[in-house]
Amino acid sequence: MAKNETAAVADTPLNKQSKFKYTMHMIGVNKACYIMMFPFMLLFTIFTVIPVIITLPLAFTNFNMAQFPEWTGLSNFYRLFLSDDVFMQSIQVTLIFAVFTGPFSYILSFILAWLINEMHPVLKTFFTFVFYAPSMTTSAYVIWQLLLSGDSKGYINAFLINLGVLNSPNQWLTDTRFILGVCIVVQLWISMGAGFLSLRAGFQNIDKSMYEAGAIEGIKNRWQELFLITIPSMGPQLLFAAVLQISASFTAGAVSQNLVGVPHTDNVAHTIMNHATDYGWIRYEMGYASAICLVLFIAMLLVNKLITWALSKYVD
Amino acid sequence: MAKKKKNIDEVKVKKNNRKITASRGGNICIFIFLCLTGIFMVFPIYYAVIQSFKPIEELFVFPPKLYVLNPTTKNYSDMLEVASSLWVPLSRYIFNSFMVSVVVTVCNVFVCCCAAFVLAKCKFPGNAFLNKVIVTALLFTSSATWIIQFLVMATLGIIDTYWALILPSIATPLGLFLMRQSMSTIHDSMIEAAKVDGAGLFRICWQVVVPNQKPAIMTLIIFAFQDAWNKQSGTIVYAEELKTLPTIMQQIAATGIARQGVTFATSVILMLPPLIVFLVAQSNVMETMANSGIKD
Repeated sequence: MAKNETAAVADTPLNKQSKFKYTMHMIGVNKACYIMMFPFMLLFTIFTVIPVIITLPLAFTNFNMAQFPEWTGLSNFYRLFLSDDVFMQSIQVTLIFAVFTGPFSYILSFILAWLINEMHPVLKTFFTFVFYAPSMTTSAYVIWQLLLSGDSKGYINAFLINLGVLNSPNQWLTDTRFILGVCIVVQLWISMGAGFLSLRAGFQNIDKSMYEAGAIEGIKNRWQELFLITIPSMGPQLLFAAVLQISASFTAGAVSQNLVGVPHTDNVAHTIMNHATDYGWIRYEMGYASAICLVLFIAMLLVNKLITWALSKYVD
Repeated sequence: MAKKKKNIDEVKVKKNNRKITASRGGNICIFIFLCLTGIFMVFPIYYAVIQSFKPIEELFVFPPKLYVLNPTTKNYSDMLEVASSLWVPLSRYIFNSFMVSVVVTVCNVFVCCCAAFVLAKCKFPGNAFLNKVIVTALLFTSSATWIIQFLVMATLGIIDTYWALILPSIATPLGLFLMRQSMSTIHDSMIEAAKVDGAGLFRICWQVVVPNQKPAIMTLIIFAFQDAWNKQSGTIVYAEELKTLPTIMQQIAATGIARQGVTFATSVILMLPPLIVFLVAQSNVMETMANSGIKD
């Protein structure tokens, strides 16, 4: 034991028992570390870890928030995949949403960050602000509601009528042909968030000697520079932005909820998250809502794994 | 430190001057493209500001104009009037919004600094595991977990109190992650020196490390503030006197077309604080985000 204490810094333990002792000893030595982390970890556990983990058992129960959860096995999932048409539709909507606000918005924010980086410093600051501003004003959906309002006073209607594109005002927020498109546009509008900033900063961070070396090696234009130097050296930022984008695009739902309401005409913009809200908060079927969330979480983790794997060659 | 901040952009200028790969035509094309997309991004915000200054007879002109002929602040004074006719005075909602946002921001920075310092700079059993957990947790933002969060809050009995607005927003994985990335760039020798001088972990964190982390702290402040500021409170707080501005704005907007100017005025008030906070701290944000990559 005494030897272990002195060896704590230098040697790694040899057999299993001393390894356990060693770990316990290190925990004792580093008590202060755990105390420093305690406030964060406590709140993090209560409000992030527990909600995520609790979905797993709850998904197999029937739970109405008043009585004790009743174990029902897989019946939530049978109902979800076999008889819930709205859920099937919401998967489809979420996937459409995810494609547009995920990869599309990701590539868009990358391109925008790249283009902004090619500009003069003053313009850089200006454009960064312009593109980041909408994601700071997410509570201001009302502007879009009024811009898109169904009568001819809605700005977009008035503009299009004036141009002669339309003869009569479009019901942007209630016509099934437009709802999904409108929600995607608004989601795109607010999607240049922290990931975009990370990419923007990533461009600035690249060692400029890399570019000089590239120029000597015969790189001629922006495109070659982008694909041969910039992207390979931005792996960590690309991954960070991707993680944030996955989370944002899979859990998209606030936009359609605020813009067109839940439920709305034919549920054409009803995402998985809206579906979970509907069951969890409106009908108090928490077990069923957990099952929906569980499906969503698993999908998110799988996509995350996939992207980490795809970008792993750029991340060292 | 202040000098270094400017340098990031200056370095790029020097490089631009020498850049072989950038063509002038390309630059102009890029500028035009950025302007066009930029207009799409700012248009709704611009439109809201313009509308909020329009007198009633201009608000309903067809087709709507993109400028104001006779700017007026009547919408703003109307807003106060509408607000004073509410059950609870508007000042209370503003107070709630600011109170919640400020408390969340302060706690968030404090808690994240403490935890990030330990995770970035101390070796102890579980460190690697916790770092992995934080990276995975970046996926599970409150927009993913809020439905089940409600259950936890109901169990704790904090629904319909200020705690429901404050506690869930304090321990953000994103804040901890950014702080950790930023702190891990600090040189170990500085911490060693402080240790030799006999400082405890807490003192090292707050007297040695944190004073060098101004950009990261500003960034955390921005993220935490805008998050708390924009949070819809209607679903977790029922008492009228506890609600925050975004909820109230929806209520005012729901009064319909007659109050359009007032709606726009409220939305401008709602948008301003985060925008101002960001504008002030912009260069700090870029410096912090430079360290944001996920490396392992």
